[in-house]
Amino acid sequence: MEANNMNSQLEHLQSKYAGTGHADTTKYDWMTNIQRDSLASMVSHNSLLSYIAVAENESKARVRANLLEKMVLPCGLPPERKEY
Amino acid sequence: MYLYGLTLNNTTGINQAIRGNFSGTKQQEIIVARQTRLELLKPDPSTGKLHTILSHECFGLIRSIAPFRLTGASKDLLILGSDSGRIVILEYNPTKNTFDKLQQETYGKTGSRRIVPGQYLAADPKGRAVMIGAIEKQKLVYVLNRDSAANLTISSPLEAHRTNTIHHHIVGLDVGFDNPIFACLEVDYTDADQDPTGDAFRDVEKVLTYYELDLGLNHVVRKWSEPVERTANLLVPVPGGTDGPSGVLVCSENLITYKHQDMPDLRLPIIRRAQPLEDAKRGLIISTSTVHKMKINKKTQFFFLLQSEAGDIYKVTMDHADGVVNNMTLKYFDTVPVAASLCILKSGFLFAANEFSNHQLYSIENLGDDDEEELTAVDFMEAEEEQGETPLVYFTPRALKNLALVDELESLSPFMASQVHNLADEEAPRIYGICGTGARASFRIMNQGLEVSELAVSELPGNPSAVWTTKLRTDDAYQSYIVVSFTNATLILSIGETVEEVSDTGFMTNTPTLAVQQLGEDALVQVYAKGVRHIFADKRVSEWRAPGSLAIVQAATNNRQVIVALSNGELVYFELDNMGQLNEHSEHKQMSTFVTSLALGDVPEGRTRFPHVAVGCDDQTVRILNLDPEHCLEPLSMQALQGMPCSLTILEMFDTGAVRGHGTLYLHIGMTNGVYMRTALDIVTGQLSESRTRFLGPRPIKLFKLTIHGQPALLLLTSKPWLSYTFQNRLNLTPLSYESLEYGSSFVSEQCAEGMVAVTGNTLRILMVEKLGNTFNQVTIPLKYTPRQFALHQPTSTFVVVESDHATYSASEKASELSVKAAEGLEVDEDMMALDPQQVGHIRHKKNKWASCIRLIEPFTGQTLQELELDENEAAFSVAAVQFVNNPHANDPYEQFIVVGTGQDVQLQPSKCKSGYIRLYRPLLGDDQRVQLELIHKTAVDEVPLALAAFHGRLLAGVGKHVRIYDVGRKKMLRKCESRPLPTKVRSLQTLGDRIVIGDVQESVHYARYHRNDNTLAIFADDTTPRYLTATTIVDYDTVACGDKFGNLSVSRLEKKVSDEVDDDTTGNRIHFEKPYLNGAPNKLQTLCNYFTGDIITSLHRTTLVVGGREVILATSLLGSISMYVPFVAKEDVEFFQNLEMHMRTEAPPLAGRDHLSYRGYYAPVKNVIDGDLCEQFNTLPAEKRRMVAEELDRSVGEVQKKIEDMRVRSGY
Repeated sequence: MEANNMNSQLEHLQSKYAGTGHADTTKYDWMTNIQRDSLASMVSHNSLLSYIAVAENESKARVRANLLEKMVLPCGLPPERKEY
Repeated sequence: MYLYGLTLNNTTGINQAIRGNFSGTKQQEIIVARQTRLELLKPDPSTGKLHTILSHECFGLIRSIAPFRLTGASKDLLILGSDSGRIVILEYNPTKNTFDKLQQETYGKTGSRRIVPGQYLAADPKGRAVMIGAIEKQKLVYVLNRDSAANLTISSPLEAHRTNTIHHHIVGLDVGFDNPIFACLEVDYTDADQDPTGDAFRDVEKVLTYYELDLGLNHVVRKWSEPVERTANLLVPVPGGTDGPSGVLVCSENLITYKHQDMPDLRLPIIRRAQPLEDAKRGLIISTSTVHKMKINKKTQFFFLLQSEAGDIYKVTMDHADGVVNNMTLKYFDTVPVAASLCILKSGFLFAANEFSNHQLYSIENLGDDDEEELTAVDFMEAEEEQGETPLVYFTPRALKNLALVDELESLSPFMASQVHNLADEEAPRIYGICGTGARASFRIMNQGLEVSELAVSELPGNPSAVWTTKLRTDDAYQSYIVVSFTNATLILSIGETVEEVSDTGFMTNTPTLAVQQLGEDALVQVYAKGVRHIFADKRVSEWRAPGSLAIVQAATNNRQVIVALSNGELVYFELDNMGQLNEHSEHKQMSTFVTSLALGDVPEGRTRFPHVAVGCDDQTVRILNLDPEHCLEPLSMQALQGMPCSLTILEMFDTGAVRGHGTLYLHIGMTNGVYMRTALDIVTGQLSESRTRFLGPRPIKLFKLTIHGQPALLLLTSKPWLSYTFQNRLNLTPLSYESLEYGSSFVSEQCAEGMVAVTGNTLRILMVEKLGNTFNQVTIPLKYTPRQFALHQPTSTFVVVESDHATYSASEKASELSVKAAEGLEVDEDMMALDPQQVGHIRHKKNKWASCIRLIEPFTGQTLQELELDENEAAFSVAAVQFVNNPHANDPYEQFIVVGTGQDVQLQPSKCKSGYIRLYRPLLGDDQRVQLELIHKTAVDEVPLALAAFHGRLLAGVGKHVRIYDVGRKKMLRKCESRPLPTKVRSLQTLGDRIVIGDVQESVHYARYHRNDNTLAIFADDTTPRYLTATTIVDYDTVACGDKFGNLSVSRLEKKVSDEVDDDTTGNRIHFEKPYLNGAPNKLQTLCNYFTGDIITSLHRTTLVVGGREVILATSLLGSISMYVPFVAKEDVEFFQNLEMHMRTEAPPLAGRDHLSYRGYYAPVKNVIDGDLCEQFNTLPAEKRRMVAEELDRSVGEVQKKIEDMRVRSGY
């Protein structure tokens, strides 16, 4: 397969599925992606959401709001980009 | 090992509830999503009770449901967003009582993923389109329409995606008949991800975006977008079109904002409780909302009920004209527990599907229209402008004023832990559980049985032997007489406002009665030992007398026929002729043996007689005789029994269809040895087939016909009462939670539509069974805080429950803070502080502050014997009853002590604490002979002990990463032995002999062995799969069953060879010096079974549930389901059920569109577990499909059904 075609296929995948990696994926990118996946899973699985709500003694609506909020920046600020 | 998984009690928690006219009638119904189950509830407007009409297992996680109605239709349909990657539209079919799938469209991968839609569902109020959204990025719009045949059609999806955008909420805007618009609350994180300075993160905006579906161009466009508060979490659509101004309420912390394109904003505060201890810095959010529209003077009016996360409900109204909102008002409505969904019904009820604990139905007594203070948006915005910041507004909570509780649906959610014990030496053990959160937590005792409500108990002059009720005319709606038979007399009571004795009824009262029946149009018949008395409406009497010295011993009657058996074994048959005369059949039939029971079925509609009679003989047989005039009393068939039949009933049960004549006609047989048999009777040929037997109790069984929920049911009386009834096309046989009864009959009166009258001892009782379908009858004992663990103190049969609540004021802290406030001169509203915490909840504290107590419960009376409140921010998490070998504090070496594991200043995230403690308590009899706990000492440990267990007369404790053995000392617990650290944290400990199974919170189970000689603990085996354990139980010496945080049940086993080697290694050298393998213990467990249950398993037990039943694994889940896993004994059974499961997967694909096999293999492929719930759906298949599947399995339908039923009945309920 031509390299060009491969690239375009990869780009298509990356645009279609959030979090698809590429050669230059940094640790930070990877981690935020994993964290966002986990947080989304906690929000969308009702039993996990309830589990956290019981532990924190919060309402499920509050836990959901907190988790969704955390998805914006799950791993803190991104590191300075190094110029090569 | 093969397991058969069966649900005993469905999930009781509710994810979401919606209302609508799903059956297409005027009456509104509620559909609730209970994790994997869809349920249709119907409120009865006259009694205010909620009845479950249909409950369907979907085999998929239901994430969102929405009702919608096509333009012009009168029936609501249901859209389902699940983890199937498909959108499914269902219709409720009221005649068949099923959900029918109308449409199913695939759009993405399966699973609850970040970018696969299913989380949010928003339907256009006019039913033209629906938007289904994911948590991030993806939003799809489907256009819904009708084809020429008025069938629902669905378009291909239109995309409204936005990359790097998190969705907080999506709603369908009410725009009348303009192009449908969906409003979405979004956050774009693209820049925040790229900017290391953090400026971009600070500037991240939450925006409200309108997506318009252009119906002409078939295209979705972003129409309008505006930034809203960063804390916004909820959108509430405002009625539009001709009804209102349209737009949305954006709910954020402390603020409700009305927004609409080209309209000015209006803001209202979320008012806060004037609570002296409240933390003003903590914002308050709205958790759920509902809108109610009503027509007044042909104009639509509407209001919103918004519930805050504290449980307070606010009523919001709008003052609008010509599509412009002039003002909004907000008013405190009432306080109820925090709900997942609220539904207002037109009949004046509010259904609150609570997040946790019981769901409630309230009747709305008042719309809050009185002149209590209310806030207006205009005033608030003025004040806001003056002060330059958002002012906080306060109100005083009060007891319920506008709402009145009418019904509750039991909910065990969150089910924290359970145990199975038989404390009172009953026939079957009970399940003890701790449920609920905060002030609504409870300790529940569950036993199998239907709840019976007692309407009346009245004493009679002697001990009656039998009771009947009868109408006077065949077309009467209610019964008129209760006939009570004593050993030497008969008493007639009339039913009215009160129950009174009547005379001149035409009945013989100086002799015991054998049967009473309303005959023909308006006559009555009384059968007594010496004759049959036919009483006409005008009180004329015609009598048939038994010949000579013979007496009548048995009788069976229906509306047109009477048959009696004489003491010499002769049968005499009477039939009503067209003149209303009872004619004796010319010949008597001489039976070869003594007749022990007789039965006639009801006369089929349009016929003159029931064609057969069932005769129970004392040679342990039942014979069916023909009643056709041509071949009268000729034998047709015979059934041999395991005992003497003492009671027979012929009854049609609607287990195959809900229409009369389409059910199955059964001959029910009760035997003297307590065995009950049910066999199908062919009404044409009189042949008996498909018999099922079951042992119900040690006393002879008596059978009586009843009507429950409009369907025939059977009351079975033996050592306890049982009820056989059909519920959702399934025949159930369930004990009633009531004392044993002597004799019963149905009871229909104006006050009680479907009751029963029964006698026991010298009392007459009127009883009613209201709610069918519940497996368990519960006793609820309220607790104070969220229960964490509990233990049984065997010698005193008391339970110790440890409760702790995060971010809550403990009693002592509350008192001290209040006195500080009082000293500051703050006046404390006593009324408000005295409000029931069950209604308003406990007072919230800051994070990492705990309230906790240790409670002693006496389970027989349900009393709390003692409540020890912990102070200094200490919280209890674990408890165990331990009997120590060397105990300096015990008087008696067999004394059991209570050990409680606590932590001080416990922080949740990241998990840490100032210190953990092991508290030792000694149960003592107090002055009033009540058991009391006395603190002996407390020992500081480095972390919170989460798992405690008794181990060879010492204490085994899981403290952080370590497993330790403690012995009891005079001043402290003494650490005797410690294991090597586990990977994360010890969650559970199970012991068997010298073997310890340690459950880690993240790394599955570890097997350890204790060596007595050198006092060491060595971990010798672990698992290869990382499981986030929540519960474990030892199945046998080498095998353990585990439940994890993601809902998997697994069974793992240690190889026999390894197990033997470890046990033979007396020195322990081998284990200690063996090389670790794969960064863990030298030996690995093998997975035997794997199964996704759909919910977090909170406890597992190996136990038997019924007398003589097989041992099963009992699992309880967080959202309140109880299920059992029955091990298979025979290979043939496994093959049979595997085949059946395979056919069921193709014949009855799950409703939510999820593939069954992939659902059960959600995280790991399903292994060696057969889904009994799917197999049981065989009974709900249409008849022809059932036949087809049975044929494929080389069996008859009856055999398949019998096998399915046997699996459940043999080992559980």
